[in-house]
Amino acid sequence: MSNTQTRAEAKRESGRASARAAAIARFVVIVVTTYLGLLAVTFFIGRVIPIDPVLAIVGDRAPAHVVERTRIEMGLNLPYYQQFFLYVKGALQGDFGTSVLTTNPVMSDIRRVFPATMELASLGTIIGALFGIPLGVLAAVKRGSIVDQIVRIIGLVGYSVPIFWLGLLGLLVFYARLRWTAGPGRIDVVFEYTFTPITGFYLLDSILHRDWAAFRDIFAHIILPASLLGYFSLAYISRMTRSFMLNELQQEYIVAARAKGLSETRIIWGHALRNAAVPLVTVIALSYANLLEGSVLTETVFAWPGLGLYITNSLQNADMNAVLGGTLVIGSVFIALNLFSDLLYRVLDPRTRIR
Amino acid sequence: MSETMQTRREWLLTERPASRLQARLGRAYLTWRRFTANKLAVVGLLIILALCLVAALADVLAPHSPYIGDLANSRLLFPDANHWLGTDGQGRDILSRLIYGSRLTLQVVVLVAIIAAPIGLLVGTVAGYAGGWVDAVLMRITDIFLAFPKLVLALAFVAALGPGIGNAIIAIAITSWPPYARIARAETLTVRNSDYIAAVQLMGASPTRIVLRHIMPLCVSSLIVRVTLDMAGIILTAAGLGFLGLGAQPPLPEWGAMIAAGRLFILDQWWVAAAPGFAILIVSLGFNLLGDGLRDALDPRGGSQ
Repeated sequence: MSNTQTRAEAKRESGRASARAAAIARFVVIVVTTYLGLLAVTFFIGRVIPIDPVLAIVGDRAPAHVVERTRIEMGLNLPYYQQFFLYVKGALQGDFGTSVLTTNPVMSDIRRVFPATMELASLGTIIGALFGIPLGVLAAVKRGSIVDQIVRIIGLVGYSVPIFWLGLLGLLVFYARLRWTAGPGRIDVVFEYTFTPITGFYLLDSILHRDWAAFRDIFAHIILPASLLGYFSLAYISRMTRSFMLNELQQEYIVAARAKGLSETRIIWGHALRNAAVPLVTVIALSYANLLEGSVLTETVFAWPGLGLYITNSLQNADMNAVLGGTLVIGSVFIALNLFSDLLYRVLDPRTRIR
Repeated sequence: MSETMQTRREWLLTERPASRLQARLGRAYLTWRRFTANKLAVVGLLIILALCLVAALADVLAPHSPYIGDLANSRLLFPDANHWLGTDGQGRDILSRLIYGSRLTLQVVVLVAIIAAPIGLLVGTVAGYAGGWVDAVLMRITDIFLAFPKLVLALAFVAALGPGIGNAIIAIAITSWPPYARIARAETLTVRNSDYIAAVQLMGASPTRIVLRHIMPLCVSSLIVRVTLDMAGIILTAAGLGFLGLGAQPPLPEWGAMIAAGRLFILDQWWVAAAPGFAILIVSLGFNLLGDGLRDALDPRGGSQ
């Protein structure tokens, strides 16, 4: 009797294990094909451009044999599938070629500028979550009230306004007129030579240096673009928080909590929000990914020396290696964050686990 | 007068329509009533109608030429009675440029919609109806495009194709179709195994005919909602490309490019950049409101939140 029971259990256990293995295998296939697709798209874009990559390096006055030799050295005489193989191999090793504009390897350029973008997007997400979640909760609790309407309008405008235009107006009002914040750039020239970055996150670095004058200056520079990005993430986060909270507030456990005599504050912030937090975490991860994209235009407006500005500068100089390298990095981080939020959801919400 | 209105309404709302036309009109009337109950949605519709009207009547409405300005006497003028929104760095009337710019905005959204929506519809319905490996491959491709950040991918495409409004439209369309494919596939999966499809199959209809005549029409309404909701994003992306100098080229009065030109004078002559940005905001707000309203009107189940 007990023997058959354990056998049945063992069978179920092995079934569960193989289901889990299948899920992991599916996940790996998705990751690999998505990244290969990403590389295929950038490879394709790199090949359709009217700019000849050989001439871009040797110049259009180079003699024919030099052009031919460079073409062979770059592997451009090979069939496309071999070129693609080499491209994938290079990309996996972090080799995106050399930037024509800066003459550095694209990867080292990106490594230099990427922390600036990360710092901006991180602060933006923090601001967005800090204000967006309470606003969304309020809108859900006071559904249909004036607060709800205001939150809705804030969100709608956030979805409709051109980010670069809002940035320009922000500079006009808060920098030029009110003088509350610093202008474009990341740090004042005064600190350019005395301030040595450690992590590349300047706010953090100035704290590590205990250089409070630099901290104040860096903060004055970052707060405007970060608030701008924060507004866009707020628009998204507050809308999602509202709908998750509305969903939670209809559940029976809320009725039970009320019947138990818990205070409304406790019910909303302690019970409902806690359950809404699971999908919210994934929303925040997605909004972080969106800010990386939004940073392209924001950095251009604020002369913020990050990846977005690097890509647009390279674009203007037809520096395709740099453009595609930057695209690839933003795309990779975007995919990684999407997958991460997906995984996080599975870990945090026991209902989505395979039984 | 009101009596005829009353009978007309009764005719529309009758429980036993005498003809297909009557039934269809009745349904359309109900949808319209749901739509107009939402005041903000009506505002959105009015904004979009106004945009179309302005674009159509640009020649009549514009007080000045959008291309030729008076460089000697009217550079960077503050708004006054002659130039309601002031003039730009080349002495051109900003209001006239905004009015003509509405044509470009409309052109972008319409062209992107008629390129991207059919691609998405085709990919989604074929994937959903065929199933199996066709479905797997098509959806993998869709997911790959979906995984890309839209603006960055559009940037890379325009960089490759060369700047210009035509290429910007192509680039935005390439990045816009995947969500439509997803929606069309989901709709296809819900009707695929229904009886009427089995009936058409028994009558010997080819898969092409089934997909084209019996599945696609059912996907159209949810697709229209999604496309309308996406219009704001399309306008913003096009304006972003224009701002970076990759969209419409000068002297075209594209709103994003106008902001880029006004950026030079932002600290002293702020109205040059402020006006086109405001126009973009209003129009994308209009599309967002209209899209929300359409979603609620066409899908009364899911729209209440």
